[in-house]
Amino acid sequence: MLNIKNLHAAVEGNAILKGINLNVKAGEVHAIMGPNGSGKSSLASVLAGREAYEVTEGSVDFDGKDLLDMSPEVRAREGLFLAFQYPVEIPGVSNINFLKTAVNEVRAYHGQPPMQAKAFLDMLKSKQKLMEFDANLMNRSLNEGFSGGEKKRNDIFQMAMLEPKLAIMDETDSGLDIDALRIVSAGVNKLRGKDNAFIIITHYQRLLEYIVPDFVHVLYNGRIVKSGTKELALELEEKGYDWLKEDIRLEEPVQ
Amino acid sequence: MSAEQDILQELAGRDYEFGFETQIEMDIAPPGLNEDIIRFISAKKQEPEWLLEWRLKGFQLFQKLSMPTWQNFKLPEVDFQGVSYYAAPKNQVKYNSLDEVDPELLATFAKLGIPLEEQKMLSGVAVDAVFDSISVATTFKAQLHELGIIFCSFGEAVQEHPELVKKYLGSVVPQADNIYAALNSAVFSDGSFVYIPKGVRCPMELSTYFRINAKNTGQFERTLIIADEGSYVSYLEGCTAPMRDENQLHAAVVELIALDDSEIKYSTVQNWYPGDADGKGGIYNFVTKRGICKGKNSKISWTQVETGSAITWKYPGVILQGDNSIGEFYSVAVTSKRQVADTGTKMVHIGKNTKSRIISKGISAIHGQNTYRGLVKVGPNATNARNFTQCDSLLIGDRCGAHTFPYIESKNNTAMVEHEATTSKIGEDQVFYLNQRGIDNEQAVNMIVNGYAKEVLNQLPMEFAVEAQKLLSITLEGSVG
Repeated sequence: MLNIKNLHAAVEGNAILKGINLNVKAGEVHAIMGPNGSGKSSLASVLAGREAYEVTEGSVDFDGKDLLDMSPEVRAREGLFLAFQYPVEIPGVSNINFLKTAVNEVRAYHGQPPMQAKAFLDMLKSKQKLMEFDANLMNRSLNEGFSGGEKKRNDIFQMAMLEPKLAIMDETDSGLDIDALRIVSAGVNKLRGKDNAFIIITHYQRLLEYIVPDFVHVLYNGRIVKSGTKELALELEEKGYDWLKEDIRLEEPVQ
Repeated sequence: MSAEQDILQELAGRDYEFGFETQIEMDIAPPGLNEDIIRFISAKKQEPEWLLEWRLKGFQLFQKLSMPTWQNFKLPEVDFQGVSYYAAPKNQVKYNSLDEVDPELLATFAKLGIPLEEQKMLSGVAVDAVFDSISVATTFKAQLHELGIIFCSFGEAVQEHPELVKKYLGSVVPQADNIYAALNSAVFSDGSFVYIPKGVRCPMELSTYFRINAKNTGQFERTLIIADEGSYVSYLEGCTAPMRDENQLHAAVVELIALDDSEIKYSTVQNWYPGDADGKGGIYNFVTKRGICKGKNSKISWTQVETGSAITWKYPGVILQGDNSIGEFYSVAVTSKRQVADTGTKMVHIGKNTKSRIISKGISAIHGQNTYRGLVKVGPNATNARNFTQCDSLLIGDRCGAHTFPYIESKNNTAMVEHEATTSKIGEDQVFYLNQRGIDNEQAVNMIVNGYAKEVLNQLPMEFAVEAQKLLSITLEGSVG
C-alpha cells in the first residue's frame, strides 16, 4: 500500500529525514518509535504534504500512485488520513458541517454523488455508537473549547467517518488520560481491517499495549535504525533509547 | 509561496459578477452642482415648495461644511461638479404595475437575482428597486396596504404622505451632520419610505435593491423608516453597480425612527463595484445611517455585510433616547484587492437602562485595509446603561491591514461598558487541517471565514444569509495560497 524509498526531507534547509525506507501493506499496523527530535512527526507531516517540508530525495508510492506529486487534499481523498498531534480549533465551523463537507469531497473525488442528509445522519449515528463518541461534541464548533482528549477523540471519529486506507496517528496518545486512551484504542481496533493500514507514531510503549502492532520501527536522527516486532517496543521501554544510540555511533563514520 | 502568488494573480484578474451595463434610454441632468440643478430635480419630481426650500438649505450647508480629516484613509478628491445628479430611465413617470416597466430594466433586475415578477409571486419579500435615481418598481404594495403599511419610493411618499415625511425627514440625521449628508439632502434622488402603523408586525421582509447604472452619476438615495408604537419591521437593502474605470459616488442617508415598544431590523448586503486589482475604479460608498430609539422599550438593530466598494465609509448608529431601549450593530466588512473600509457604529445612550451590543468582524485580504471605528457615549441621565463591544479582525496574507479605534465617553458612573478585541491571521495550520480532510484551499478559507463571521451572518434573514456567504467566498476567492 505504502512504499517509502530513501526519503530525504528538509525544513528551511535543515535535513530532517535522511533516507527512510518503509513498506506498509494492507492489513498491517506499524509503530514508529524514537526519542524526541528523531523525525517521527516530520515523517507524518511529509507524508500528509505539509508545505514547510521539502522533499529533497526519494520516492513514496501510495497504492501505485506517486504520493509526493499530490496536493494535501488529494492525498486525503486518495485515502491517507493524519490524526494530528495537536488538532487545531476552527471557531464557528460546526463539526457536523465540516464532516459532511469532508465526506462529500472525498466522494466527489471518487465520482460519487454527495450523501443525502438522511444517509449521512445514519452513518454519523452508527459511527458515534461504534466509537463511543459524545453526540454533544458533534454540534459544537470544530474543536473549539474541546479538551485535549476530546480533540483527539474527534480526530479518531473523523477517521471512522472518512474510512481511510492508511491512517497515520501522530502521537495520538500524548495528553490522553488512561480512560481516553482506552476508548481511542478500542476505536482504532474496531477500524482495523484487512484492507486498511495504520502507522502509529508514539513515544511510549503504553499505547501499543492497547493497539498491538505487527511491526515496530525505531527512528533516530532521520533514519529507521532498527525494526522488529512488538517485542522491540518492550525492549525499548525497558532499556530506553540510549543503547541504540551507542550502537549507531559505533556504526556511523565520524563526519 | 509561489502557489500563493498564482492564486493572488488569479484573484486579481477575477471579474466582478455584476459589472454589466444596461442599454436603456436615460434622462440625465448635465453634470454640475448648483441651485438650478436642485430646482431641476425638485421640479422633475413635482415636489412641494417646502421640500425645495429644504434642499436649498442643504446645499447652503454643503457649501459651508468642509471635508472631515479624521478618517483612516486618504480621502480622494471628489469633483462634485463632474457628477450628474439626476439620471432616470426615460419615458417613465410612475408605474401602476410591473407590466409597464421597460422589459430591459426588468431583465437587469433579473440578472441581479431579483426577479421582481417571481418575487411578487413566490418569495414573500416585498421589493423596491432603485435604478440610478428612480424607484422603478415596488412589489407587494397592495397586500401591505391592507395592513396600513406604507412601503413606497421616497418620491411617492412626498406626494402621498407629506405630513409623515415633513415630520421625520432630517430628524435623525440633521442636514448639517456632515458634508455628505448635506449633499444628500440637497440632491437626493429617490429611495424608500416605510411606515408601520401602531401594533402591526410587518408579515414579510421589506427589501430595496439599489443599482447605479449610468456613467458619471452619483447615487444619493434617502431611506426613511418609521415604526410606530408596538410595531415590527425587518428591512433589507442590497446594491450593485457596473464596472467602470472612474470612481462613482454613493452618498446615501438612512434614517430610522422607532417609537414606544417597536423594533426595526435593518440589514444591508453591500456589493458595489470594488474597483480592479490596481485600485482603479470602484464606488465611493460614503453613507450616513442612523436610527433613533425614540420610544421606551424600542429596539433598532443594524446588520451589515460589506463586501464591495473601493472605499466604504459609514457608521450606522443608534440614539438610545427611550428608557430601556436597545441598539445593536452586527458587521462583517471584507476588504480585498485595494479596498478600504472605515466603518463601525455610534451608540449614544441617553435614556435609562439602555443597552447596546456591537459585534464587528473585519476581514482583510491582499492589500485591503479595514478599520473599525466605534463610539459608545453614555449621557449623564443614562443610569444603568450597558454596552458590550466585540471587535475582531482577521488577516489573510501579510500585505493587508486591520485597525481599531474604539472611543468611549461615559458621563454616568452606573454605566458598564465592555470592549473586547482580537486580531488573528488565518492560520496555515487551520487550512492544512482542512486540506488533510480532503477540503481544498478555496473551500477551507471559505469555511474558516464563514465560521469567523457566523455570529453576524446569523443575524441576517435566511435568504440573505445564503447570499452573503456566497459573496464572502467570491470576494475572498484565492486569497490564501
